[in-house]
Amino acid sequence: MTEPAALNASLRNAAILTVFAVLFTTLMAVTYRATRPVIEASAEQEKLKLVNEVLPAERYDNALLADWIVIAPPHAGLGLSAQDEPLRLFRARTAGAPAALVFEAVAPDGYGGRIRLLLAVGADDRLLGVRVVGHKETPGLGDYIDPKKDRNKASPWISQFDAKGFGEVAAADWKVKKDGGRFDARAGATISARAVTHAVRRALQFAVDQRDKLYSLPAQSALQKETP
Amino acid sequence: MSAFREIARNGIWKQNTGLVQLLGLCPLLAVSTGFVNGVSLALATVFVMAMASGVVASVRGFIPHEIRIPVFILIIASLVTVVDLAMNAWLHELYLVLGIFIPLIVVNCIVLARVEAFAAKNTPLAAAWDGAMMGVGLMVAIAVLGGLRELIGSGTLFAGIEMVIPGAQALQLLPADYPGFLVAILPPGAFIVLGFMIAGRNWLDARAERRARLAAPAQASV
Repeated sequence: MTEPAALNASLRNAAILTVFAVLFTTLMAVTYRATRPVIEASAEQEKLKLVNEVLPAERYDNALLADWIVIAPPHAGLGLSAQDEPLRLFRARTAGAPAALVFEAVAPDGYGGRIRLLLAVGADDRLLGVRVVGHKETPGLGDYIDPKKDRNKASPWISQFDAKGFGEVAAADWKVKKDGGRFDARAGATISARAVTHAVRRALQFAVDQRDKLYSLPAQSALQKETP
Repeated sequence: MSAFREIARNGIWKQNTGLVQLLGLCPLLAVSTGFVNGVSLALATVFVMAMASGVVASVRGFIPHEIRIPVFILIIASLVTVVDLAMNAWLHELYLVLGIFIPLIVVNCIVLARVEAFAAKNTPLAAAWDGAMMGVGLMVAIAVLGGLRELIGSGTLFAGIEMVIPGAQALQLLPADYPGFLVAILPPGAFIVLGFMIAGRNWLDARAERRARLAAPAQASV
């Protein structure tokens, strides 16, 4: 092939590739436009459904998903390391008065790595509910921390934290029974339970210590880093 | 018509992607923890393969040989993105379960292999049919594998069907107090069950061949 012919061929190829790229990008853009409202609605729905598992909808009357503050990593109380994404803490209120704090926490020391938790802490400093929202614990062994996988449906393992506060179980006893604490763990899979129990204690401690500040910060602002 | 039957036979049995070509094992092994997950991902793959093959065969006259691979990938990736968005919107719970494996259909080598080996040389209709049948072959393999792993591992079948068909119920085939057999659900179980399935398929093939050989001389002598 001569020089100009080769140049022509590559220009032609580039043009064809461009046409295909434009064509199929258009197809993707159209699909994106068509599905976006549904996807956004279901993401919102998903979040509310999770929140409602730890905090029944009748316990608050504000627009929960709009009343949040940002917690910037690193944060020892919530198990956040410096590389983590900032977390949102949602504030539930009834008639303007504090009702509950809903936030995520991380147990960094699960058997299969990090366990992500969602907690609701009532204004009386007691836990309303805890759920595992992400984990890599061994299926069938350590995954009973997630009530969907727990064989005991009537009172799943994680429900033992419900309605507990440091008034019911002192912080020093906030351990699994095997470590001399007050909480159950299944035989052979203590590590998962221990990780969750400790993370719940740290998170509850954080919510209790900072309660007034957390409720009073303006919505959609950031919690300032603790300065020692 | 017989050409189409041959394509179907090829896709589902003779060249089964999961059991003979052993292509695309990553989704096959990873998503086959249950029947519903496996078949759902396979259905998405069938759709992508049929569409990609059909589209490529339709436009093959315009694609210069030197840049065919980027164009193929572009077409496949766009179609997968469309499926990904559609499933996120309308089958959201299933989408959460299948997660990363939907976008990974792009790099499933079966899709590109069929586009390159078949669709680029055949009519759109035959190509779409070939893509669909190759996908169905994968679906059959993943359905059996997923069904067996689920049954052995937890004693149920069709767990999670309510994510696809609201109101449907999973079947509890073994007694409710079945303790479960963990290995079947874990990754090694996928390899073990797949090994048995490949052995079984080869055994069936060998038996059919032996019978054919025994029958042929007998017919010749008559």
